[in-house]
Amino acid sequence: MKHLLSAGDLSRDEAQLILDTAEEMRSLADRPIKKLPALRGRTVVNLFFEDSTRTRISFEAAAKRLSADVINFSAKGSSLSKGESLKDTALTLQAMGADGVVCRHGSSGAPHLLATSGWMTGSVVNAGDGTHEHPTQALLDAFTMRRHLGALDGRRITIVGDVLHSRVARSNVLLLSTLGADVTVVAPPTLLPVDMSTWPCVTSYDFDSVLPKSDAVMMLRVQRERMNDAFFPSAREYTRRYGLDRNRMAQLPDEAIVLHPGPMNRGMEISAEVADSTRSVIVEQVTNGVAIRMAVLYLLLSGTNETEEPTA
Amino acid sequence: MSPAQSAEQHQAEQPPKRSGREVLDASDISRALTRIAHEILERNRGADPVVLLGIPRRGVPLAQRVSARIQAVEGQSVPTGSLDVTMYRDDIGLKPPRGLEHTDIPADGIDGKVVVLVDDVLFSGRTIRAALDALGDLGRPRAVQLAVLVDRGHRELPIRADYVGKNLPTSLVERVTVHLDEFDGEDAVLIADKGAQA
Repeated sequence: MKHLLSAGDLSRDEAQLILDTAEEMRSLADRPIKKLPALRGRTVVNLFFEDSTRTRISFEAAAKRLSADVINFSAKGSSLSKGESLKDTALTLQAMGADGVVCRHGSSGAPHLLATSGWMTGSVVNAGDGTHEHPTQALLDAFTMRRHLGALDGRRITIVGDVLHSRVARSNVLLLSTLGADVTVVAPPTLLPVDMSTWPCVTSYDFDSVLPKSDAVMMLRVQRERMNDAFFPSAREYTRRYGLDRNRMAQLPDEAIVLHPGPMNRGMEISAEVADSTRSVIVEQVTNGVAIRMAVLYLLLSGTNETEEPTA
Repeated sequence: MSPAQSAEQHQAEQPPKRSGREVLDASDISRALTRIAHEILERNRGADPVVLLGIPRRGVPLAQRVSARIQAVEGQSVPTGSLDVTMYRDDIGLKPPRGLEHTDIPADGIDGKVVVLVDDVLFSGRTIRAALDALGDLGRPRAVQLAVLVDRGHRELPIRADYVGKNLPTSLVERVTVHLDEFDGEDAVLIADKGAQA
């Protein structure tokens, strides 16, 4: 692996390797010195064209715990807001000797362009691009589920909400099916892509019928900032049909867990009661996010650049 | 040096992997580990301060075997764990990335203890240097000692073992392979010319 651009690029073995490595990285959190020397002397640039708190902080913590030097580069307060192109930004990063670039961009495919254009030689990690993918989020979700449910083969996982705009949903569907889980996507018809035939999952419009058959439920955020049209009549109606509240949670099997990639709209797609319940693993997802990103950065950046197999 | 029954039994399961001359068989390894266990107890005047940490992969079962022998002699269990040194290696930037092995530090930690590192083969000494660095991030042992099944020489760093199962003079072109029941289905130490085991 040279880059991590899409969860769909990962083979089952690669995905398992990342998850297993993250398991070892997670034990670091219990140690007195939370630092490993694996990426000493490497430079990781966090290139964030879109706002983000948890993903950027998570990548920053991960890189620092591996002893890499971290440069944060956000669109606000940099020349990007003066209209510098992606190419010139990439050339700048190359000239500064960035070994790894963690890229979040509002346009789908921007990390792919960075990785394949030849503007820079470092590894590129996609930290969310438009409505395309967010592979590290999918990995940390899979990691969290694996810790609670064991191996994911045959596990029934339900993803609920704004699938149309969600890069998290796409990455999760691809990764979870690679890992052998049975994924069901639940959303109002207006919030599903027009053609779902290539997605390795089942779709449903009826949340209540899917609930008793779910080992894990992942609630997606209703992304108001991406909504230019009326996708549903009102927030209350969405909540009534697709929100996870106490009554719906009671229909879940006993060991089922509830995930949310954050940030949550409490009272909209998930009630505060559910978010704070013992079944919710939402806070744990954040802890696991650091471990997953350490694993990804370690596996991408710790080796030689020259002898890398061309598997990206 | 009659071959032990278990070794014969397992050879049938894994015939192709075995190449080279056998220098230690199962009973030799067993005797060496028993002696090392006694030496550890003698040197440290009992098992009290001792923590055994095996270096993955083959150091881990060796540490557990030594631990079992100490338990049998002293009637007291010794905290035993594993210490992965992958991220502390000095060649980490020079090779393709490797997966991590499991690190398992006993619950009481290593502060003030005598940590005995256990590994299968002592060669350049670089693994042990990495292990010493890894220990530094985990705590401050009172002392660190080193137990190895085979010392094959050719040190590249000022490191020596405190407990050695067998000193094995080798040339650099030779290759020492340790087989352990837990991974390979038999106990044996083999020596072969490089390339013989293609």
